[in-house]
Amino acid sequence: MFGFLLRRAGLVVPTFLGITLLVFSLIHMIPGNAVEALSGEHGMDPARYSRLVHEFGLDQPLYVQYFDYLGKLLKGDLGFSIVTHEPVVREFLTLFPATLELSFCAMLLALIIGLPAGILAALKRNTFLDYSVMGVSLTGYSMPIFWWALLLILLFSVTLGWTPVSGRIDILFDLPPVTGFMLVDSLLSGELGAFRSALSHLILPTIALGTIPLAVIARMTRSAMLEVLREDYVRTARAKGLSRLRVIAIHALRNALIPVVTVIGLQVGTLLAGAILTETIFSWPGIGKWLVEAIHRRDYPVVQGGILLSASIIILVNLSVDVLYGVINPRIRRSS
Amino acid sequence: MSLLDIEKLHVEFGSVEAPFTAVDDLDLNIEAGEIIGIVGESGSGKSVTALALMGLIDFPGRVSAGRMAFAGRDLLGLTERERHAMLGRDIAMIFQDPMTSLNPCFTVAYQLMETLRVHQGGSKRQLREQALTLLKQVDIPDPEHRLDAYPHQLSGGMSQRVMVAMAIACNPRLLIADEPTTALDVTVQAQMLELLLQLQRERGMALMLITHDLSIIAQTAQRVVVMYAGQVVETGSVPRIFKTPRHPYTQALLAALPEYNIGQSRLKTLPGVVPGQYDRPGGCLLNPRCSYATDRCREIRPALSVEEDALVRCHFPLDAAGRLTHCIPEGSATA
Amino acid sequence: MSTPPHPLRELWDDFSRNRGAVTGLVIVCGLVLLALFADVIAPHSAIEQYRDATLMPPAWQEGGNSRFLLGTDPVGRDVLSRLIHGSRLSLLIGTVAVSLSLGLGIALGLLAGFFRGITEIAIMRLMDIMLALPSLLLAVAVVAILGPGLINAMYAISIVLLPHYARLTRAAVIGEMAKDYVSASRIAGAGTLRLMFNCVLPNCAAPLIVQATLGFSAAILDAAALGFLGLGAQPPTPEWGSMLASALEFIQSAWWVVTFPGLAILISVLAFNLMGDGLRDALDPKLKQ
Repeated sequence: MFGFLLRRAGLVVPTFLGITLLVFSLIHMIPGNAVEALSGEHGMDPARYSRLVHEFGLDQPLYVQYFDYLGKLLKGDLGFSIVTHEPVVREFLTLFPATLELSFCAMLLALIIGLPAGILAALKRNTFLDYSVMGVSLTGYSMPIFWWALLLILLFSVTLGWTPVSGRIDILFDLPPVTGFMLVDSLLSGELGAFRSALSHLILPTIALGTIPLAVIARMTRSAMLEVLREDYVRTARAKGLSRLRVIAIHALRNALIPVVTVIGLQVGTLLAGAILTETIFSWPGIGKWLVEAIHRRDYPVVQGGILLSASIIILVNLSVDVLYGVINPRIRRSS
Repeated sequence: MSLLDIEKLHVEFGSVEAPFTAVDDLDLNIEAGEIIGIVGESGSGKSVTALALMGLIDFPGRVSAGRMAFAGRDLLGLTERERHAMLGRDIAMIFQDPMTSLNPCFTVAYQLMETLRVHQGGSKRQLREQALTLLKQVDIPDPEHRLDAYPHQLSGGMSQRVMVAMAIACNPRLLIADEPTTALDVTVQAQMLELLLQLQRERGMALMLITHDLSIIAQTAQRVVVMYAGQVVETGSVPRIFKTPRHPYTQALLAALPEYNIGQSRLKTLPGVVPGQYDRPGGCLLNPRCSYATDRCREIRPALSVEEDALVRCHFPLDAAGRLTHCIPEGSATA
Repeated sequence: MSTPPHPLRELWDDFSRNRGAVTGLVIVCGLVLLALFADVIAPHSAIEQYRDATLMPPAWQEGGNSRFLLGTDPVGRDVLSRLIHGSRLSLLIGTVAVSLSLGLGIALGLLAGFFRGITEIAIMRLMDIMLALPSLLLAVAVVAILGPGLINAMYAISIVLLPHYARLTRAAVIGEMAKDYVSASRIAGAGTLRLMFNCVLPNCAAPLIVQATLGFSAAILDAAALGFLGLGAQPPTPEWGSMLASALEFIQSAWWVVTFPGLAILISVLAFNLMGDGLRDALDPKLKQ
């Protein structure tokens, strides 16, 4: 098990280095001047220009610049936003809980509905239920979620007036950020109204963001389950006299979950990408919206840092999924 | 009263309009403590019969029977709960491919203890103790160690022993072994049979041995049922069937055994395959492959009839010397 | 004995048995026709602004006008005509992005498969890194470098799709190279290039075709997302995603400017996905052989 972990972790290092290399070269690949891109200043006088060139280390050979960059990364220094002059890392850390909260709820929704839907579709194969689940799931999978989000707003916010259109909480409530998670913070504040407000703000973004993972998980669960139900060991379990529930929930599901976990892991990346769209539409103050705004404002240090940090999170999530995969699949754990 | 009593078992698959009959009008009874062999080529309905009596045939498969009773209890009328209580405790089954029959996600101990817990309960410690005893009874070397092994760490023979241990865990009165040695190495096959016979003797359980290999039956069973295309074609005691097969199909199966071909340059074989859904012939189901077939065989399906000491489904059963009872095949005379 | 059917015939038989796949194919053909004859079919120009008819609802609604079947947008352009012209862009983006990434991906995959060692490691590591990033994030990153715009969005999407094709090709190459007939033709003196194009490529065509079909739907979806974020096609280009973006502020008053472009995206993406699934199922038995 330990060796397996070590090998997986070993694969992460080159991937991470590759991403730093990509992000580092970003600043040199953009059309125009690196000094202007990094400082956000245009048409500066030659004295300031050469001072900035030196300050950013741009007069050094590229490899020296890269190692400087890596060195700064290790110290947690990702530079400063051109627009706000705040450290990129601090901005990221302030905004990340909002994205995390949204992604977590979306994934929860996807799992709570997607897993049972997939299992039921597999058990009721070729029935109306199966066809409905598969049809809805294929539609969800093909759904442009930015449009889906708009439709949700159109129906629930504009027409029915049930939910707010944007933001994380009503501006009436001024909550001190304790954990950064609005649901938790509002509960801590003791105001029930605040919690309800936070919850109602969360509902539509959660549905919008959770739709694709839900569709993918339902599809994958169904096909994994169908495969597993044909296996000999399921017949053995039934021949042992186990109840139907036990055969399905313990013997079949445990095996079917192995491929599903991989897919769930991959969906975490999809969630972060989907957050870019969802957050923009719902004015959700998370890293997705932050990143898009930075691109529009040509705030390159933020773009660099945002991409690097999001990519690192995805890599870490994938690593933990690999570990989890080893835990639920004994064949990997022991044979390696 | 027989331990198992099946009358007119019928199993169908496929659509209702064009069903495929996997088991056709099958009668079978097994006495307590008896070893009975079910033999036939693949596709003859042996395994389906076993699964049907276990109640493991799922929709779209359809099972019906005039009577199907185990120890006097009607198997068809069981509730779900009653059936679960009976399977694994009174009737147990082991399968052809041991490598895929154990759940890869759980340890040997878990799977053994699960059977015990479901049917008798007990503390974790007791159950583990019992599981260990079971592993010892099936002659697994280093059983303490094997308890915590996962199935992929076991060899085929070892896995099959675990399957046997699981099957005998609750002292079943009937053990169904579906091709228990087919997937094993030749060297392990004999040990596996030996083990099954030994356990059967010690526990006095009935053993239903399903195989395509008559030589396995010869070493083990007291009585044999020969199946072809879902039907019983011949039953009788093992010595009688091996000495004087009455049905041409039995004769052909015997003739294909290597033991009967010593000194021959070529093994005798039966041409063709068991008919499937779309090529079930009219008349006797064997007629396209039977070298003795006549017009009567091609037109009328024979019933199972009593022939001295045997039940045979043939218009023209062979006599004690293995000769035809009709002298000139009518088919060749009229053709 | 009847002769076995031609492989293509067999493929079509399998494919046409799948109702969803056929539906997808019909929609895709319809889209292609729409795109080819957009000038003829569309009742109006895609960019002409009818100042007297801004935000007119669809014809069947009160206040609607049969001149503008699906209504008009905030500056008085005909929504239907813009949608029809938009099909051109979506298919164009799909075609260009898939061709570019397919070509480059096959080339990289062949290189990695034939020249094992450092070349392979370098290429496949890069592909793994690209696969580790979700497609939209990677596309956004590429656009951040190249700058917003339709052409750059196409490049971005090509890069995003690339690793799938490279991996498939490499896997097929390695699989085929291990087979006896390849060794045989090697011994017979066939050169590497000849091996690549005669033995290996035909054998990985099936999965590549499936992946390319699915690539179309990914391309359309990502291009629309980029357009929506203002990072892809720029107004007044009638690209579906950017149409949605410019309609955003009218969501409360004019549902039609928001609904129809998204529906167009959904239907096209769904069609390509249905077709891809159908193709995969039809080709699968052959893949297993």
